[in-house]
Amino acid sequence: MIRLHHIRKVFNQGKPSEFTAINGIDLRIDVGKITVLKGPSGSGKTTLLSLIGCMARPTSGRIFLQDREITSLPERFLTTIRRSTFGFMFQQFNLIKGLTVLENVMLPAYPTDSGYSELKHRALHLLETFSLSHKSSAKIEWLSGGEAQRVTIARALVNEPSILIADEPTAHLDTKLSKTFMEIMTRLNQEGTSILIASHDPMVFAHEAIDRIIEMRDGKMVPTGAAA
Amino acid sequence: MARIERQKRIIDFTLSSLLRRKGKNLALIAAYSWIVFLLASVLFITEAIRREAGLVLQDAPEIIVQRLVAGRQESIPVAYGEKIKTITGVRSVKGRLWGYYYDPTNGANYTLVVEEDRLKEAGRVIIGEGVARNVVGESYGTMPFVGYDGAYYFFEVAETLPADSSLVAADLIIVSATDFRALFGIAESLVTDIVVEVRNPREFETIAAKIKAMLPDTRPVLRDEILRTYDTLFDWRGGLIVIILLGSLMAFIIFAWDKATGLSAEEKREIGILKALGWETADVLMIKFWEGATVSLLAFFNGVLLAYAHVFLTESSLFEPVLKGWSVLYPRFALTPYINAYQLWALFFLTVVPYTVATIIPSWRAAIIDPDSVMRT
Ligand SMILES: Nc1ncnc2c1ncn2[C@@H]1O[C@H](COP(=O)(O)OP(=O)(O)OP(=O)(O)O)[C@@H](O)[C@H]1O
Ligand SMILES: [Mg+2]
Repeated sequence: MIRLHHIRKVFNQGKPSEFTAINGIDLRIDVGKITVLKGPSGSGKTTLLSLIGCMARPTSGRIFLQDREITSLPERFLTTIRRSTFGFMFQQFNLIKGLTVLENVMLPAYPTDSGYSELKHRALHLLETFSLSHKSSAKIEWLSGGEAQRVTIARALVNEPSILIADEPTAHLDTKLSKTFMEIMTRLNQEGTSILIASHDPMVFAHEAIDRIIEMRDGKMVPTGAAA
Repeated sequence: MARIERQKRIIDFTLSSLLRRKGKNLALIAAYSWIVFLLASVLFITEAIRREAGLVLQDAPEIIVQRLVAGRQESIPVAYGEKIKTITGVRSVKGRLWGYYYDPTNGANYTLVVEEDRLKEAGRVIIGEGVARNVVGESYGTMPFVGYDGAYYFFEVAETLPADSSLVAADLIIVSATDFRALFGIAESLVTDIVVEVRNPREFETIAAKIKAMLPDTRPVLRDEILRTYDTLFDWRGGLIVIILLGSLMAFIIFAWDKATGLSAEEKREIGILKALGWETADVLMIKFWEGATVSLLAFFNGVLLAYAHVFLTESSLFEPVLKGWSVLYPRFALTPYINAYQLWALFFLTVVPYTVATIIPSWRAAIIDPDSVMRT
């Protein structure tokens, strides 16, 4: 369970460029569900995901993961939580150039204690799942948008996270790949992974496996009844 | 076991990072090696010269009396020696004949000395190994000289000094007193300088003062004084060298600082990504440490080895224009390889350590801010 309590995120506080990206959000997300964040561009979806995923700290308010308050934890602990609990799929991919597809997928597991051959096996298996086996030794910068997107999904899953956060995961995928993606999400969810997706792709938010849709606008949640 | 696996993966990642930025890192290593090369060359040269000078001066006479005219050294009358002999405490007095000879055909400078115990007969010379290389090949057995008055002299080469002696001996020519006077037009009553032996080493200073008082136009030079002069010139902690070294070190610090503060946007983003994926700050610092250390160590060994080759194999060819000024003292710079471990350590700690630290600091700064904000930039 993830609980958000009066969360606000202000960028460049005190400067002329000050901007409130998240403006008072109270939210409770249950484990084992697929939840979708929906909303226009700039409404704060990515910002909210990075707060939940311990990538950034809220300006005010508190976040609870299970029953642990994470907002006040030192960076060291947040790192551990990121590594052990979350798998993160970034909107901007954030793959490391110059490394191969396989190396990128294995990267989150480098600081864990898993053995190399087992890790490589897992990574190759994931690449196979996303039809990328033939690209495993290709450099990241050679990939197409859709291929890069699938690599980021594989990377998010390599540490077998209990919560998967995916930011616009289908933005560069065609209909068929989007469908496959949602099938994989459904399967992971059935295996017990909680999934949190930000998307304005109907292929995602209209999918039958979705448990809940949260609509956002201007850094706030749109009340469920008012959602059109 | 698991920890080792983890370290191994981190080192693997470091190596692949270094290879990924091959161009940049090679340029870095090149610039860095160059600085280490210059620093190490200066250290090697000065240390070797200092040592060699020390060895030479070990056997040098304790007091040398020169005559000064208008502040410059002139020949000194033999009669001065007779006077000095009367000072109590003086064991012996001996006039020396020596000078430099410029050989126009070879463009070389030789040191000519008279050593009565080795060569008395006129018309013959004993030459150093360096001289032999220059001359004997052409006109075997004899060596031509041009006198002060333009007259030609041909001396028979009686002997060649072995190559192992120090650099001074390499360009040495031993001639007889008669030939020396004839070549340079020096009267019988004059010598180049006078060597004074003293019975009690504690009396050096007093006897030097007495000579000065008795013969006001002379300058008694104490061996200890010469040694001290060498030390101040070549001692890298306190001498002229320290200025050169400080200059180079400043350049190095600016270089390291520039490199260190200038973490590229790409590198910053990468650190953000690694952090976001759950790498510990310590892991990130570890790769940056290994990166810095690898570049540093490669450059260090590179620079030191090149400097060694430069100083001891190519006779400091790069510094030749600077060192030419010394050619009066040392016509050639074929120095005996000598390395002071203490200095190498010092050089190591003044380059590798600060550089490595300098590369870690900005990475540390990038690693402690929220990964989110690092990735957005
Ligand atoms: N570091 C930052 N500094 C200043 N403003 C920021 C920063 N990060 C985000 N913002 C602003 O916060 C707002 C919300 O951004 P966010 O990325 O969360 O939007 P989003 O809902 O994910 O949009 P999209 O659908 O286009 O991805 C935007 O107006 C953005 O410009
Ligand atoms: Mg977004």
